[in-house]
Amino acid sequence: MDIALIQRIFPYFLEAAGVTVVISFLAFVLGMVLAAALTAMRLSRSRALRFAGAAYVSVFRGTPCLVQLFLLYFGGPQIGINLSPFTAGWIGLGMNIAAYMAESMRGAILAVDHGQREAARTIGFGRARTMWLVILPQAARLMIRPLGVNTVALIKGSSLVSAISVIDLAYTAQRYISSTYKPFEVFAVAALLYMLIVIAVSMLVRLADRRFAID
Amino acid sequence: MTQNTPMVEVRNARKSFGHLEVLKGIDFSVGKGQIFALIGPSGSGKSTLLRSINQLETLNEGEVWLDGERVNLDIQGMAYERHINHVRQQMGMVFQHFNLFPHLTVLENITLGPIKLKGMAKAEARELACDLLAKVGLADKVDVYPSRLSGGQKQRVAIARALAMKPKVMLFDEATSALDPELVDEVNAVMKQLAAEHMTMLIVTHEMRFADEVSDYVIFMDGGVVVEEGPPAQLFRNPRQERTRQFLRKHLSA
Repeated sequence: MDIALIQRIFPYFLEAAGVTVVISFLAFVLGMVLAAALTAMRLSRSRALRFAGAAYVSVFRGTPCLVQLFLLYFGGPQIGINLSPFTAGWIGLGMNIAAYMAESMRGAILAVDHGQREAARTIGFGRARTMWLVILPQAARLMIRPLGVNTVALIKGSSLVSAISVIDLAYTAQRYISSTYKPFEVFAVAALLYMLIVIAVSMLVRLADRRFAID
Repeated sequence: MTQNTPMVEVRNARKSFGHLEVLKGIDFSVGKGQIFALIGPSGSGKSTLLRSINQLETLNEGEVWLDGERVNLDIQGMAYERHINHVRQQMGMVFQHFNLFPHLTVLENITLGPIKLKGMAKAEARELACDLLAKVGLADKVDVYPSRLSGGQKQRVAIARALAMKPKVMLFDEATSALDPELVDEVNAVMKQLAAEHMTMLIVTHEMRFADEVSDYVIFMDGGVVVEEGPPAQLFRNPRQERTRQFLRKHLSA
């Protein structure tokens, strides 16, 4: 184990970890927004919207994230979409994770007892206000943990953007191998930093879970 | 609207779930201040009938009227939504499993409807809720979450929540069936008090003694039809139909 090497490369890896955090964060925000829209579509009364939502989820869960990133970054220019690696990276990751997050959200909403919906409708609330005032506040806490799992998968999966030359943690590690010939040390440092990010996020998830606990 | 307009009227109610016909043409009408008990074996259609009054179930055929207003209008989309939300505000419903909102306090459970649907001021709604809670004997539970309440307390809050909308009629769907036996009386007491105040009520129940005590009129249903109906004194003590006698023997001895 070459401790001196680790000490030397560590600052550069920290910087790369920053890229991983930022790209994951942007993908998370995009993913949540898209997932909310997809969930609304899948629970809508319109058959066409339900179908479109389900189709999106099937396509994005049914194909590899790496292929989706390649399609967007390499295939995009062919249809007039020219994105930088970084932009293609977070948009691609966000569109991918949205499919999984939509499943988590839908599952949580459907898990709220049906009697809650009936009670709200019986008082005289319409569909939208029943969802907003009664179902969502209860579903919100049911979806925190599954969304946390999605987010951890997103952070680890963000290493795929190294394949479209985003200089993230995984990409930086690969680059340092060719100059140091010490793959073990280099990847161990990368793995450690991924782990720290994941631990931090898991702690946030647990905090949120406690914050939203009902009584 | 004349003096004689029934509070709730059901005409030729028919309902099928797939091939299973659960309501085969039911007619009845409930006058203002009357208390109707719907009794019958499980699967007789009495709960479906009650739920079709506020359109939790939609009838395949027939009419439901509330105080001279048609409930099950044959309209679609947003127009139906607006109509049914308006009608439902005038009917209180109490469920077997309480269905209190667990993320809201007792106070918020009761004031949600008045504040959001009727635009009542928060202070006024709080006062109303406190009055209703005092009435159901839970004045000290205002700021408690439902998870801290017993089943009987939950159901009394559920009744207060329904009353907060100042309904024209109260629908009780086996309000005490999920309760431990020793908690049944406290809920029944509240219902009796409502009866004494001449609230119009439709009560689906398995408790024959309670139905006998509290109701003005009893409908005995089996297999989606009304087998026998009449005042409790007649139906419970002098039933005409053999099917009614059979049913009562089983339920009064139990």
